[in-house]
Amino acid sequence: MAAGAGTNNARGRLAWLALTAALSLASAVVACGLGSFPSTPAQTLRALLRAAGLSGAAVDPSLYAVVVDIRLARVALAWCAGAALSVAGCVFQGVLRNPLADAFTLGVSGGAAFGASLAIVSGLAGQAALAGNTALLPACALAGAMGALLLVLGLARAGGGPFSGLSRETLVLAGIVVSTFLAALISLLKSLDEESVASIVFWIMGSFQGRGFEHLRLVWPYLLLGFGLAFWRARELDLLALGETQARMLGLDAGRSRLWLLFAASLLSGAAVAVSGVIGFVGLVAPHVLRLAIGAGHRMLLPASALFGGLLVVWSDVAARTVLPGGAELPVGVVTALIGGPFFCLLLARRSLRGPGRDR
Amino acid sequence: MSAPLLEARGLSCGYGPREVLRGVDLRLGRGELAALLGPNGAGKTTLLNALAGLLPPRAGYVALDGRDLRALSGRERARRIACVPQRAEAPAGFSVRDLVRLGRYARTGFFGAYGPEDLEAAEAAMAETGCLPLAERQAAELSGGERQRVLLARALCQGRELLLLDEPTSALDLARRVEAMDLLARLNRAGSTALLALHDLNLAALYCPRLIFLKAGRIVLDGPAEEVFTEQNLRDIYGADIRIAPHPVTGARQAHLVPGAASAALG
Repeated sequence: MAAGAGTNNARGRLAWLALTAALSLASAVVACGLGSFPSTPAQTLRALLRAAGLSGAAVDPSLYAVVVDIRLARVALAWCAGAALSVAGCVFQGVLRNPLADAFTLGVSGGAAFGASLAIVSGLAGQAALAGNTALLPACALAGAMGALLLVLGLARAGGGPFSGLSRETLVLAGIVVSTFLAALISLLKSLDEESVASIVFWIMGSFQGRGFEHLRLVWPYLLLGFGLAFWRARELDLLALGETQARMLGLDAGRSRLWLLFAASLLSGAAVAVSGVIGFVGLVAPHVLRLAIGAGHRMLLPASALFGGLLVVWSDVAARTVLPGGAELPVGVVTALIGGPFFCLLLARRSLRGPGRDR
Repeated sequence: MSAPLLEARGLSCGYGPREVLRGVDLRLGRGELAALLGPNGAGKTTLLNALAGLLPPRAGYVALDGRDLRALSGRERARRIACVPQRAEAPAGFSVRDLVRLGRYARTGFFGAYGPEDLEAAEAAMAETGCLPLAERQAAELSGGERQRVLLARALCQGRELLLLDEPTSALDLARRVEAMDLLARLNRAGSTALLALHDLNLAALYCPRLIFLKAGRIVLDGPAEEVFTEQNLRDIYGADIRIAPHPVTGARQAHLVPGAASAALG
């Protein structure tokens, strides 16, 4: 069987789904036990069970605070961000029919980063944070992400015609233009206000440090809407993979479908970037691994990518907060990039071994 | 003549500044099996796409059972008109079975889930087209001929009322070509209406009771093979010296090229 074939029957795909789901759950438990504050597995489990309302056993309050309020909150947020980035990547790749597309390609990540930078430099984010309002920065990032999508669509449509008739080449070109422009604007902001450089840079590198349930509360409606739309339209991604003409032959309103899916993916990546900063490579690595494992049928691929992406980011975050001695943290975006780079070298090597022409 | 199943009136289509179809009138009755013939660039694929509702008319209209195609949703249209495209990329990561089942998209429910009848239709279509042995293969790794059979299977899975096929046999070897055409003839006897674009004049004359010739975006000939499949007509349309002799078994008219006779020698 060829390299890209993977598991083709429905039972094998379900087994993969069950496996990643079980691993996600197990990882969450284990990850809640890891960190500079010592906790035995039994203590961790007791604290988690108590948090879930499944056990009334007494738990040391400081341990409970660390395991549940700090670590569980962080693990949950990391998992959601990973799942969102991964599903968004999968959708961007499907809609643009480009295996290297992700939230960066259409400038969505860049828009979020610009929104956040603007909030930091203008001092609004700092004032709001002092007043106890941590919602402003994520809101600016999400607004930036959606603004970037609108800008890309508008730019791609500049030649006239309906939004539903945009070609994917035009979209990618417009995305690159907007991305580049936003990156330049972020550099401009940095150079204008040297005091903010550190906060911007740290934010852009992505981190879950000090993030918790209140961030999750902030973005869950967007995540829910994004996941719902993407899963609802998963079959349409299969049709879009055939190309627009065939998709329409089979009855899909391809143009409208693409717009909805782009909207869903932008919501997901915008919301993820809003609470965690820019975490690269997740949206590329997770869908690729899963495509090799279970094939390209999106009704399975999307949920499986969500589970796997969540898993990936949870463990990257564990690494980010544990590898440095003395409680210092790495930005999680650095960890995912360190995993993602070699992974793509591997993928590239495999692809060139298999010879050109098979997959475009 | 009863109301046609598919009708084009004054149909003009094109891409950008290029006008490909110029006022095509065509009526396709229920139960017909018709071949669309003509030289390269005559507009066969464009006409099929326009009849399938994939290309908006610049003038005129296409109607299915008397209803303008533009008034139908994509899914309604796809439930009634099944297409076999000429060249179709098969994306990586899909098995043949996955690909054939996509033919059911227009009949799936809210979340795109397949019901038992969808799965059965896919298996039946693969059995009929001889694709069952390929079912677990990766669609992207098929040969051109295999892919063409899979596309035919997908169209049958999609629907059998009206089939629009663009060169459905061009990549098939001789045995497979006869199989595919026999299958189409069988489907036609069972009630399917089919219009197929063909390069192979003789295959068309052998199987299709009605031949439609397209040249430079206009229908120049339309009728039963006995009337329109003549040496003079074919020479006029193709600009080549063509002789006609009966098929040794069925007696159908068959066209033959003459080596070395350039079009300048015509008269």
